[in-house]
Amino acid sequence: MEWETVIGLEIHAQLATKSKIFSAASTAYGAMPNTQACAVDLGFPGVLPVLNSEAVTMATKFGLAIGAEVSKRSVFARKNYFYPDLPKGYQISQFELPIVGIGELEIELENGETKTIGITRAHLEEDAGKSMHEGLGNESGIDLNRAGTPLLEIVSEPDMRSAKEAVAYMKKIHSLVRYLEICDGNMQEGSFRCDANVSVRPKGQKEYGTRAELKNINSFRFVERAINLEVERQIELIEDGGHVAQETRLYDADKNETRSMRSKEEANDYRYFPDPDLLPVELDQAFFDSVKATLPELPDVKKHRFMKSFKLSAYDASVLTSSRELAEYFEAVLVAADNEAKLACNWVNGELAAMLNKENKDISESPVKPEMLGKMIVRIKDGTISGKGAKDCFEGMWLGEGDADEVIKKRDLKQVQDSAAIEKFVDDVIAANPKQVEQFKAGQDKLLGFFVGQVMKESKGKANPAQVNQLVKDKLK
Amino acid sequence: MSSLDNETVEKIAKLARLAINKEDASVYAEQLNGILQLVEQMDAVDTKGVLPMAHPQDLKQRLREDKVAESDQRQSFQKIAPKVEAGLYLVPKVIE
Repeated sequence: MEWETVIGLEIHAQLATKSKIFSAASTAYGAMPNTQACAVDLGFPGVLPVLNSEAVTMATKFGLAIGAEVSKRSVFARKNYFYPDLPKGYQISQFELPIVGIGELEIELENGETKTIGITRAHLEEDAGKSMHEGLGNESGIDLNRAGTPLLEIVSEPDMRSAKEAVAYMKKIHSLVRYLEICDGNMQEGSFRCDANVSVRPKGQKEYGTRAELKNINSFRFVERAINLEVERQIELIEDGGHVAQETRLYDADKNETRSMRSKEEANDYRYFPDPDLLPVELDQAFFDSVKATLPELPDVKKHRFMKSFKLSAYDASVLTSSRELAEYFEAVLVAADNEAKLACNWVNGELAAMLNKENKDISESPVKPEMLGKMIVRIKDGTISGKGAKDCFEGMWLGEGDADEVIKKRDLKQVQDSAAIEKFVDDVIAANPKQVEQFKAGQDKLLGFFVGQVMKESKGKANPAQVNQLVKDKLK
Repeated sequence: MSSLDNETVEKIAKLARLAINKEDASVYAEQLNGILQLVEQMDAVDTKGVLPMAHPQDLKQRLREDKVAESDQRQSFQKIAPKVEAGLYLVPKVIE
C-alpha cells in the first residue's frame, strides 16, 4: 500500500527580550544556576506577574509578518501540570484567545516549486526551568534561570507531507524570526526548538491517521531524521496489523530511535482556565500601525526584489536572502562592485560560502569584508586579474594579506594584457610543439585547449585566457 | 445535568497531587456536585451576545517596560529550600 505522511509542527521561539515575560529578572544565557530566578519566577506566594511590553511587540511583529490577524484582545490562561522545573504548578500560556491568529508562510521545495503552509496560531507563554540528572545521585538538580523566559509558540496546520517539507518550513520560520530580530535562533542554547506531530494514512484517504508527538527536537538534521524514523515505525506497525497510539515520543539522537514517554500521558489533562493574576491584553490599530512601520523588508519581498532588480535566478535569490546578514553582505558587495550582480552572487554563494562553511564561520565573522570582495570583482571586470588570479586574490584577502589591490601586487597576480608579450608566449609554445601543431591543422580541434593551457603555464597563469585563445586560433589557422 | 462520580474525583485529586482516602471520595463527589448544581442554575440565563468574561474587573492588562530590575537573591531564596547543591535546587530524581 502507498502511504502519505502528514506533519504539523509546533515551534517554540524564545523571544529576544532583556527581561522575562512576567518579571524583571534577566534572560541572559549562561548565568550561574538560579541567579536569574526572582520571586515571581519562583512562584512565591503573593507575587504578581506583569506582562513585558516588548514580548507583546515581538509577537505582534511575527503576526504582521505572516499576514495573520493580531488579536485586539487576548487572554492568558493557566496550563496546570506538576513537574519540578515548573515552580507554580502551572505554566502561564494562552489558550482560547491567543495573540496571533491564522496566517500563512510560503516555503520553497527542492524541485523549485513553492508551497503555502498554514499557520493556525501563535501564542505567548513562559518557559519552564531546566532539570539536571547527571552526577547528583538519587536526586535531580533544578536551575530556574530559564523559568519565565518569553516564548512564542507557533503552531502550523498539518500541511506538510514529508520530512523535507517540515525542515523547509522550520528553516523558513527560523529565517523569519531572525529577520524580525525577535529571536536569536540559537538552537544549541535552546532558543529555537520544535515538536512534530506525525501521522500516516493510506494515500487518497481523507481522514488523518492517529498522530504521535515527537518532543523537543533541536536541530534541522534531527527533525528530518526523527520524522523519517517515526513514519517508518508507524507504517511498519500498521502493516503488521497494529494501531498507532496517540502519545508523546522522545527522539533519541544517540540511539537514533523514537520512544514513548509514558510518564507524560496521564498529565495530558491540563485543565486550562483564565489566569486571574493577569487582565486581558488589549491592543489597538494605532499600536499595530506603529509596529508595522518598524518591520524590515521581509525575506520573500527581498527575494523577489533581488530577482527583479539584479536579474538573479529564483535559486540564487533565495540563497542570498536566507538570512538578513547574508543579504546585507551581498548588497554591500554590490555597492563596491559597480553593480556586477551575477559575478557578486557567484562569489558570495560560491567561494565565500565554501570558506565560511569550511572554517565554520558566520558571515559576520568573514575576514573578507564586503567592500574588499566588491573591489576585487571590479578588478576581475576591468581585466586586471583572471578568474584563476581572483581565486588567489580571494585567498590572500581571507588570510589577511590586505585588500584586493594589495594582494594583487604582493602575489603578482596582474594578468598580462600586453599583446606583444602574450604573442611571444604563443610563438614559443607553437615552436616547442610541432607535432601537436600538425595534428591541430589536420582537424583535431580539441588540441586548442592544450595550446591555451601551455601558454597559460608559460605565463604563470597571468595571461588573459580570452586573448590567448584568440591568438592561438589566429596563429594556427 | 452533569455530575461527578467517584472515579472522576479520584482522577482530579491525582492530577492535583492530592492524597485522598477512597472512602472520602463519595463525600467530595457530593460536595462538588453541589457546587456544579449551583453553577448550572446560571444556564437558565440567556447570555446570547454577551462577551465571555476573562476577568471580574473590567480593566486591561498594564504592560511593563522591558528592563532588568532584579538582582541576584539566590542565597536568601535558597535558605528555605530543603536541599541545594552547587546553586541547584535538589529534588527526588525525575527522569524520562
